[in-house]
Amino acid sequence: MHKVLIIGATSAIAEATARLFAEDGDRLFLVARRKARLEAAADDLAVRGAEIAGCEVLDVNELDRHRAVLTRAEQALGGIDVALVAHGTLPDQQLCQASAKLTVEEIQTNAVSTVALLTRLSELMERKGKGQIAVVTSVAAERGRQSNYVYGAAKAAVDTFLEGLRQRLYKVGVGVTTIRPGFVDTPMTAGFEKGLLWAQPETVARRIHHAILKGKDVVYVPSFWRWIILAIRLMPRRIFKVMKL
Amino acid sequence: MQGAIRLHWRDEQLPEGRGPFLSYGNGRSYGDSCLNSGGTLVDLRGLDRFISFDADTGVLRCEAGVLLSDILGRFVPKGWFPPLTPGTQQVTVGGAIANDVHGKNHHRAGSFGHHVRRFELLRSDGSRLLCSPRENADWFAATIGGLGLTGVILWAEIALKKIEGPAIEVESLRFSGVKEFLELSRASHNAYEYTVAWIDSLTPGPGGARGLFFRGNHAAGHHAVAPSRRKPGLPFTPPVSLLPRAAVGLFNTAVYRWPRRRRAIVHYEPFFYPLDAVPNWNRLFGRKGFYQYQCVIPQDQAEAAIGEIIAKVARAREGSFLSVLKVFGNRRPPGWLSFSRPGTTLALDFPDRGRSTLALLDTLDEITAEAGGAVYPAKDARMKAETFERGYPALHRFERYRDPAFASNFWRRMTSGDT
Repeated sequence: MHKVLIIGATSAIAEATARLFAEDGDRLFLVARRKARLEAAADDLAVRGAEIAGCEVLDVNELDRHRAVLTRAEQALGGIDVALVAHGTLPDQQLCQASAKLTVEEIQTNAVSTVALLTRLSELMERKGKGQIAVVTSVAAERGRQSNYVYGAAKAAVDTFLEGLRQRLYKVGVGVTTIRPGFVDTPMTAGFEKGLLWAQPETVARRIHHAILKGKDVVYVPSFWRWIILAIRLMPRRIFKVMKL
Repeated sequence: MQGAIRLHWRDEQLPEGRGPFLSYGNGRSYGDSCLNSGGTLVDLRGLDRFISFDADTGVLRCEAGVLLSDILGRFVPKGWFPPLTPGTQQVTVGGAIANDVHGKNHHRAGSFGHHVRRFELLRSDGSRLLCSPRENADWFAATIGGLGLTGVILWAEIALKKIEGPAIEVESLRFSGVKEFLELSRASHNAYEYTVAWIDSLTPGPGGARGLFFRGNHAAGHHAVAPSRRKPGLPFTPPVSLLPRAAVGLFNTAVYRWPRRRRAIVHYEPFFYPLDAVPNWNRLFGRKGFYQYQCVIPQDQAEAAIGEIIAKVARAREGSFLSVLKVFGNRRPPGWLSFSRPGTTLALDFPDRGRSTLALLDTLDEITAEAGGAVYPAKDARMKAETFERGYPALHRFERYRDPAFASNFWRRMTSGDT
């Protein structure tokens, strides 16, 4: 049995992944912003076989509550084997361009809060000397594009942070998994036309679950995004800057 | 064209100004009762959470978008089974209520609505109604079999039943003619929980259509049985049907003649869901597709009317390989627009050959209506409004309970003559 902390537990990707932990009979502690939805997710996971150690309502932007929530989670679970950090929003790029305030808020939610959480979390886990931290970033982290660069920049900050954290925690036996999803059909992306590249949360969840249990460093979900992103990264800047991406 | 929105949480509301709406489950209805041209489908597959399960009583509360396959996957290993199941596990709980589906145990268990203890209905005006046989009983009866038109079912409570394992003990018997089928049904209904018959609608024998009668029970004790192996299925729709008449004739003869063990112990999947093993089996019919036709005939008329329908179909040489007969039980239907009712039901599918197929189906409607029967809306794409009205006398009462912002292609076809 694993003891799993999930932050952003009502995100579609987190919920689908949590179901796989539940089916294994794992012990879960769930954190999310909206109480009714958090409870709906928890009830479902309990029927699916999870042992729910606790639920906590948290807006991740309340940075000064992080320590208390993490401590409560650790106590309720009896130690943290896996911490999955999956909260996030998808900023409206156009609105962000017209508002520095909104841009900063989005960076707060998608980068600052995550970095703060990870700092406290890594402290806890470093002390225990075991466990796996898994964080959902995005393929958007790998190169800024005009259609989505506020989100991309926030995810890139987290992604780079994780790269360093992985090196630091490797020595003490704590693993760090960076999860880079491509297009996933979730409430966050409800407004988009869906095409061939889109994946269902259940599909990406299977790969995420596997990667966490295997202690993988970086996974693209679905896996074909590795090659798409490689092509995008290799594109000369002269060409990239005139593209519509 | 139709738009769609997907609900993910029970606390959501329907958006304003996007109607007419139609509740949409997993889209397994055969006809146009799950289509809403020019409107918005309210896709409920995002409401796929379990809410609670009582391991003493078997009462399961879950959101409306939970699939029967989710319930089976989670609860069969724990010794529980749905109170009844239609011929596919790819239906949602909400869809099973909205079509008041039935199964091979109708003679014992009635229809799905009989096992629904409560549900919550979300209306387009934002109100939420808790419905049960005692609370809002009129809304309860309108929504069961209500084709997703009374609002959105958010969650429901159903009672699962105890089983010892996934195995079904099944017996198969050859028969010839409707009379023999009815006798077999009568003789089997006390000792067998599940009964159904397959008939060869292409080759009527001297005493009427030949067929195979299946009867079964959940097997006691432990048996090593394997679920269906998934066949490759059809990745795309072939331009023409892969089921030409001659091949279906041979197939039906082979099914009838094939030496089979009279008694066998099988996994519940091949017993209840033979077609689920072939993904996209509907594409076998090619781009033109097919019509399903299912009617129910009151028992005193059953032998004559069903015999007549089968004879008409055989003469027209329009039938196909899926023809199913079943005698329903005598429980009062739970919904105002429930299809299953005391009598015998016949389900057939017809490759779409255009006008000749439609003309034949109109003839079958007449036979059904004359005998005091009804045609199943969940499988219909072409019946006349008049046929529907005759089969569903509570229609006018139902209309007052339909959410004014809800409609479907089927509903428009039945009430205003357009599609």
